[in-house]
Amino acid sequence: MRMNIRDVAKVIRSKNSGPFELTFDIIFKDRAWFETFRARHIINPELICRLFRIKPEDILGIIPFAPAQAIKITIRRWIPSGALGETDIYGAQQHAPLLDIEFEADPAAPDQPRS
Amino acid sequence: MTPAPTPAPAPAPTSSPGTPAMTTTTPGREFRVLSPTAILGYGFPEASFRRGLERKPDLIGVDAGSTDPGPYYLGAGKSFTDRAFVKRDLRYMLTAGRDLGIPVVIGSAGGSGAAPHLEWCRQIILEIAREEGLRFDLGIIPADVPKAVVRQALAEGRIKPLTFVPELTADLIEQSTAIVAQMGLRPLQAALARGCQVVLAGRCYDPAVFAALPIMRGFPVGPALHMGKILECAAIAATPGSGADCALGILREDSFILEPLSEQRRFTCESAAAHTLYEKSDPSRLPGPGGLLDLTECVFTQIDDRRVEVRGSRFLPAPTPDVKLEGVRPTGFRSISIAGTRDPIMVARIEQILPEVERQVRAMMSRDRLDGRIFFHVYGKNGVMGPLEPLPPAQMHPHELCLIIDAVGPTQEQADTLCSVTRSTLLHYGYEGRISTAGNLAFPFSPSDIRMGQVFEFSIYHLMEADEQQLFPCTVEKVGG
Repeated sequence: MRMNIRDVAKVIRSKNSGPFELTFDIIFKDRAWFETFRARHIINPELICRLFRIKPEDILGIIPFAPAQAIKITIRRWIPSGALGETDIYGAQQHAPLLDIEFEADPAAPDQPRS
Repeated sequence: MTPAPTPAPAPAPTSSPGTPAMTTTTPGREFRVLSPTAILGYGFPEASFRRGLERKPDLIGVDAGSTDPGPYYLGAGKSFTDRAFVKRDLRYMLTAGRDLGIPVVIGSAGGSGAAPHLEWCRQIILEIAREEGLRFDLGIIPADVPKAVVRQALAEGRIKPLTFVPELTADLIEQSTAIVAQMGLRPLQAALARGCQVVLAGRCYDPAVFAALPIMRGFPVGPALHMGKILECAAIAATPGSGADCALGILREDSFILEPLSEQRRFTCESAAAHTLYEKSDPSRLPGPGGLLDLTECVFTQIDDRRVEVRGSRFLPAPTPDVKLEGVRPTGFRSISIAGTRDPIMVARIEQILPEVERQVRAMMSRDRLDGRIFFHVYGKNGVMGPLEPLPPAQMHPHELCLIIDAVGPTQEQADTLCSVTRSTLLHYGYEGRISTAGNLAFPFSPSDIRMGQVFEFSIYHLMEADEQQLFPCTVEKVGG
């Protein structure tokens, strides 16, 4: 059965981490979903590259943080905050592509996350 | 947990009344910090603040700054917060600080923490002191870094790059018009040790505002900085979170407790832990001046319905002391025009129309050698995400678009001209298939064009190896004496 990440995450957000990085937090509704995502690497560099049309070298890290049952993704800003052509100074509205992540709920089924 | 080291010897204590003195902790001791609001000028409910005062805090601290609002504010020397509300917040804090005889520490004055911001906030403080009849020693710590200092550091190889930040060059330093560095604990501690009851700091590492005094009093660095990291956002780390409500931090021998000051909020393990993620690249390892805050071993415990205790925050001192530099350079002047279109033919062809309009404008301007850049922000297509927008144009079906013409030129006049000519050309542009021939744009405002003033960009965001004490000298001003 395919599920949407909105069913299992209670917070999905983006924000600057300084003027040169954009950071995303996915905070799961419960421990079990966090562990599922962590163990199965559902959030992986290939997925992030596809969702945000970036290259692997633009990803600083995809980091699980157990105390908050969260996964953090940090990427390079396509331009520094406030540079000419800027669209989102605070970086607070770049999270939308993450809301469309789908995954296979049955762990026995192969993982093919897609958006 | 390893014993938390102190990053540097604190300045010698003095014996005048109300002066924080350096002592060692005794078991059971607590240090309470009241954080009224996430950013000075965001406001807070008076009832929460009063409840905080009833908890007998040892310090009132507030963070006033951020780079989040972008490069303009540092460049233009302006605050991103409103003067009336900064004064409102400060009036509560300064009068309470004097009533209770506890220090008030303000970090990153005026938002960006450079000289004009510091002076702006100083004037507000002096006004309040006059109006309220307050007397205190005001410690003022500028955070500006002269270009010569950065140049020398670059030449001596003491500038370190941060991820994704272009390499610093002598040209970038030369073009920068404002450079500050984030101060850490020691400059604040120096001011407190001199007996300042109010400390007004320029650009500052946010947690230091809350951690400097308790660390002087012998509390461990790791928990103090971690508590400061959470308190700098006040009640944002509670649930429901708010940037305009107070929070109390209670520092203990080897832990700290977070306590909400409004009936409608709670701190939970989840809310406190989740906040650790906020605006950081890596939630477990937070670099700052003097070292690294390591939260990998951190444990959050719900001690009652509304409070959380945090243990295991460690501070790992850096082998060499670094400060983070922030600098901006001017890139021109901007004028904008905001308009909409509801025409389905124009909406469908917008991807072709805008480059055609720009070409026509450039052709008209070439003889007069008018310079500048034009950006079109197209809301309804990719106005929010720009080139990162993953939705293919063919799958976008907006019924109307908002267009912002964003013209940047070397002078304000050239930006005005570029904006005006682009607006009038787009208004009457005869695009292919046009049926509506009276005008292509719906303007919500007259005047249609707005001067945005000077434009800046971040030019410096680098670590510089330097001794904090020399970069951030403190002066003491007798206020109301």
